[in-house]
Amino acid sequence: MNPFTYSSATAVEDAVRDNASHEGAAYIGGGTNILDLMKENVARPTHLVGLNKLPLTAIEPTPEGGLRLGALATNADTAWNEEVKRRYPLLNQAILAGASPQLRNMATNGGNLMQRTRCYYFYDTATPCNKREPGSGCGAIGGFNRIHAILGASEQCIATHPSDMCIALAALAATVRVSGPNGERAIPFEDFHRLPGNTPERDNNLEPGELITGLDLPAKGFEKNFSYLKLRDRNSYAFALVSVAAALELDGDTITDARLALGGVAHKPWRDQEAENLLKGQPATPETFARAAAKVVESAQGYGSNNFKIELARRAIVRALKQAAEGSQHASDVFLNSNP
Amino acid sequence: MIQQSSTSAAQAGGVAAPPPTGTVRLTINGQQHTLQIAPWTTLLDALREYVHLTGTKKGCDHGQCGACTVLVNGKRINSCLSLAVMHEDHDITTIEGLGSQENLHPLQQAFIDHDAFQCGYCTPGQICSAQGLINEGRAHTEEEIKEHMSGNLCRCGAYAGILNAVKEVVDSKSSESRR
Repeated sequence: MNPFTYSSATAVEDAVRDNASHEGAAYIGGGTNILDLMKENVARPTHLVGLNKLPLTAIEPTPEGGLRLGALATNADTAWNEEVKRRYPLLNQAILAGASPQLRNMATNGGNLMQRTRCYYFYDTATPCNKREPGSGCGAIGGFNRIHAILGASEQCIATHPSDMCIALAALAATVRVSGPNGERAIPFEDFHRLPGNTPERDNNLEPGELITGLDLPAKGFEKNFSYLKLRDRNSYAFALVSVAAALELDGDTITDARLALGGVAHKPWRDQEAENLLKGQPATPETFARAAAKVVESAQGYGSNNFKIELARRAIVRALKQAAEGSQHASDVFLNSNP
Repeated sequence: MIQQSSTSAAQAGGVAAPPPTGTVRLTINGQQHTLQIAPWTTLLDALREYVHLTGTKKGCDHGQCGACTVLVNGKRINSCLSLAVMHEDHDITTIEGLGSQENLHPLQQAFIDHDAFQCGYCTPGQICSAQGLINEGRAHTEEEIKEHMSGNLCRCGAYAGILNAVKEVVDSKSSESRR
């Protein structure tokens, strides 16, 4: 790791001010990703602003009838929170599908959004990477790209966003609350992460120095009909090749509302509202699910080693929608993916 | 001509100046330790190199293997992916704090009884992780224990023994709580 200085903030304003007063500063919450990146010499902050004393660990109701998740609440405390389990079991499932118990005990909600791609070329400083070093090229295009994007990629970057939690947050249409040098603002989840385009070095739309303070979940939690289906090389403690967050609202057999978001396929959590619209008002049948799945992968493009993901995604969407319609998943049922 | 001084030794191609250190107070296995360490010292390195508690192991040093697992306020974490300075107000427990040679922790005895290791390098992390699992109280069946122990790798492949050892202690705890 490069040498750096460290300070610990006890108030959000102090953290923001301290960050702004140090050139090359970064925030550190749980540290599970940034310290790893610092050990690999991918991240080289000169100063770390420690956040774990900030009063942002609460999980509490919002005036709008939703739930606010503190940015410093751990992923474990969030997944196992009684209100999350009862009202947002899709989020419970997605969080528990990711990482290990140790990492979930450390990683924070804000940090989960800020984690960077696990593209091996991004991590390997001996290879070119436009995300790590803009203009240097992309090792993954034309290289080994089994884990890479099939949707929304660019000629600059085909990296994927690694989070499971964020796929559920995209499907649930959460709001990201941030605080920065210019005050506070709220960012709809879909506008938080970015596609790579010509600026793959930017993962998200935070302005310099902005800090995530919380995540607001809307009142609607799709607690009856949901599925988080994660497909990966081993059945635990591995990143998704493809994951699907599916949530339905049913009136009898008719779909009255639908949410569909994918992980492991794009530079950001990939919510497809056109596919959702193909589900709404339709009967919850395999044919309906197949039409929505076909819509999602319509524009998909493989890069060689990851071509298999297109068909994998299509089938995973159909299966996740079927599971959601059946209401066969339950909060903290940790074996859901081994019993499809 | 380059003016050499103690602070510019690194630039002149010599030995770098010693890193800036600060005082970090840690509570480890119930004992207070005051360390003079650089801010980039991980909790793992602080435990091993400064407090000389070498039971906690460095495996991958990237949060992938679980060999460095310790308990912080009763919760299991990877000490390699955390800075020591982030744990000043916390209660840290390592394998040395769970049992002693004279008085083995039930998990240590169960690991011996069930032949739950070969080389033993992952064992302190496995046992601290298992204690964390027991503290959480969410894993009871074999399938649940497997899933909740997935953050600890064993390259010798002693998983069957590890599972049996953890299951035995989990079962004894739940029968205790029923009494």
